[in-house]
Amino acid sequence: MSENISKIIKEVCEANNKDRTRLMDIVEAIQESVGCVSSDAMNLIAEEIGCHRVEVESVISFYAFLSKRPKGKVAIRLCNDSVDKMKGADEIAKAFEKELGIEVGQTTSDGKITLENTPCIGMCDQAPAALLNQVVAPSLTVEKVKAIVAGLQKDTDPSKISLGLGDGNNADSLVGSAVNNNIIKKGDVIFADNESGTGLKKAITLSPEEVVDMVKISNLRGRGGAGFPTGLKWQFTRAAQGDQKYIICNADEGEPGTFKDRVLLTEKFDLVFEGMTIAGYAIGATEGVLYLRGEYAYLRTFLEKKLKERRDASFLGKKVCGKDGFDFDIRIQMGAGAYICGEESALISSCEGLRGDPKTRPPFPAQRGYLAKPTSVNNVETFCSVTRILEKGADWFSDIGSVDSAGTKVLSISGACKNPGIYEYPFGAKIQDILKDAGAENTQAVLVGGPSGQFINPSEFSRSICFSDLATGGSMVVFDTKSDLLKVVEEYMEFFVEESCGYCTPCRAGNVLMKERLGYILAGRGEIADLAYLEDLGGTIKKASRCGLGQTSPNPILTTIKNFKPLYEKLMKKQEEGMQPSFDIKAALGDAERIAGRKSVIYTD
Amino acid sequence: MGKPKIATASLAGCFGCHMSLLDIDDRILKLVELVDFDKSPIDDIKKFSGRCLVGLIEGGCANEENVHNLKEFRKHCDILISVGDCAINGGLPAMRNVMPLKECLDEAYLNGPTVYNPEGIVPSDKELPLLLDKVYPCHHVVKIDYYLPGCPPSADTLWEALVALLNNKPLELPYELIKYD
Repeated sequence: MSENISKIIKEVCEANNKDRTRLMDIVEAIQESVGCVSSDAMNLIAEEIGCHRVEVESVISFYAFLSKRPKGKVAIRLCNDSVDKMKGADEIAKAFEKELGIEVGQTTSDGKITLENTPCIGMCDQAPAALLNQVVAPSLTVEKVKAIVAGLQKDTDPSKISLGLGDGNNADSLVGSAVNNNIIKKGDVIFADNESGTGLKKAITLSPEEVVDMVKISNLRGRGGAGFPTGLKWQFTRAAQGDQKYIICNADEGEPGTFKDRVLLTEKFDLVFEGMTIAGYAIGATEGVLYLRGEYAYLRTFLEKKLKERRDASFLGKKVCGKDGFDFDIRIQMGAGAYICGEESALISSCEGLRGDPKTRPPFPAQRGYLAKPTSVNNVETFCSVTRILEKGADWFSDIGSVDSAGTKVLSISGACKNPGIYEYPFGAKIQDILKDAGAENTQAVLVGGPSGQFINPSEFSRSICFSDLATGGSMVVFDTKSDLLKVVEEYMEFFVEESCGYCTPCRAGNVLMKERLGYILAGRGEIADLAYLEDLGGTIKKASRCGLGQTSPNPILTTIKNFKPLYEKLMKKQEEGMQPSFDIKAALGDAERIAGRKSVIYTD
Repeated sequence: MGKPKIATASLAGCFGCHMSLLDIDDRILKLVELVDFDKSPIDDIKKFSGRCLVGLIEGGCANEENVHNLKEFRKHCDILISVGDCAINGGLPAMRNVMPLKECLDEAYLNGPTVYNPEGIVPSDKELPLLLDKVYPCHHVVKIDYYLPGCPPSADTLWEALVALLNNKPLELPYELIKYD
């Protein structure tokens, strides 16, 4: 390791006060300036911040955006989500391979460019898309690929490539991104016009308890998908013992097909930050953390500036809005490419500079969260709703939506429809009406809530979006009759296999077994009994996993068995009695036949 | 009606499970009162003489002959039991599953530190069954009805299991027989 790199590492550790809990910031900074965190670098970091080397290595090896070995100066990360594939991602991958002369997973011989796949980057409405380091390249075509590669070969700084500018704040000089918001349907809560600061000013005229009560009366429930009553969560966190408390905003939307938080952060950042500040006041927290997924790093500078503006306007910092004794500030914590960190306890681990491992509950974060202090983790959209509730009143809010689900839901709609983008509906909106608005035709299936949600068939399109019927974090992917649905299911299972943290065996091994069995079925080597096996195994995984990933990962298979059984049955053939159809003797003998240069005499063709 | 018939086979195993079966000692006299042995290394009968009630399989499938044998057992036996860790998990032979077959053969016949093979011949007589790409547990090849774990399952375990099966009684194994550490 060169002296120069040692110097950089020491400086980065120094800048982070050699704080072990800020390991994520330290390694991300080193990765960004040096290109990797080598074995020697890990030793030095461990020495500087006073921890074991293995603690550093466990972080580096966990997150997709961190690496031990050097990568190219620019990493091209192709989104290989099902929606991107539907929109031609495979063709784009081939074009990149052809232009660069390397395969996915390789680095060019001059060490300049690495090409790799990545799961959903939150651009499904402008798929196929890729990340060029932190720069998003949406709506890719073969021509654009050629221009991008030519540009990067000249200069490896991806920000110098002209990709155009998107709508709204995407065109702001601090964002400067080609990403589009595609806000198609504005509702009364989130995308209605509002004046920044009104909600917060209202909040500080009330007592913190009154604010909690107001949120409770509004019937606001968590927008991440699980739907826990927000007011109740705040009440628990407020009541918990602790000299310090924290507010965390979960902006790690990794659920394939979700991109609403990206748009909320781009356009409605004030609602988000204000909601966090109100939460800080209600709970008695002085610090907030916005956990931003690594894929959205292009928004960071912009959001930092917006935070500064709020500090300047006295909406953050000491004596917020001049209120004595109310100090609150927000910092941004960057993620580094791990789906599991969207799970609140894994997200807390990540904020603490650890692998993104979920924690065992109880204790819940409300009792023992970030740095072992009472913490309320809420979704981006939840905070937006809070700000509007304070501004317009709890009754106004609870009157919108359906009986058990107050307010509106922002949906990210993508896939086989004419108008992919962001839609805000009052809760209770029916799937069939939403599909009509989105311009979906010949719809075979809708994936509500992403792969961890459910696939529904056309007979269920009269169902509605709400907590008692179809609960969703906001992802909605439309598949028309051209899609090979079970192939898509297989891709989602591959995603869960990849993203499982590996702690619970049922999730680590069970998802592999489920994907394997599905593979047999797709290869025509399945039998009807396999469906019972999959349901049984899926049930075990759900029951015996400690976090939301394992508790939902069998859903793509389980919900398609429930709602699309004929697709499976069509693939079943009559099998020889007593034998395992999944065993393929010809395939098992292939290697030996090639090596020996002769054919089997027992198993002839 | 004659006595029920029992058949046994050792596929990719070490015959340890069969040794364990012989370890039932004088109870083997009781066993032959209960059953007749059909195809089995114990009586050296090579071919099935008819339908059997129980088949005991030791070892997993490492080559095509193992697969063929196992399928014959499935066709001829009402109840098929995987006996021992190799039949159930692949066992020691499955340690080769982590490397490609070619590397495995090269290590055994060409590159191993104790190999003396100046002509560099890898055995490939047509009489030798072809190896599978990896070692498969029996239930990956055919349907298996019961599993008796252990390396090997003790004589008492095998005895209790057979007696319970032949008398159509539920199997109750004491803790000592199913603890392995």
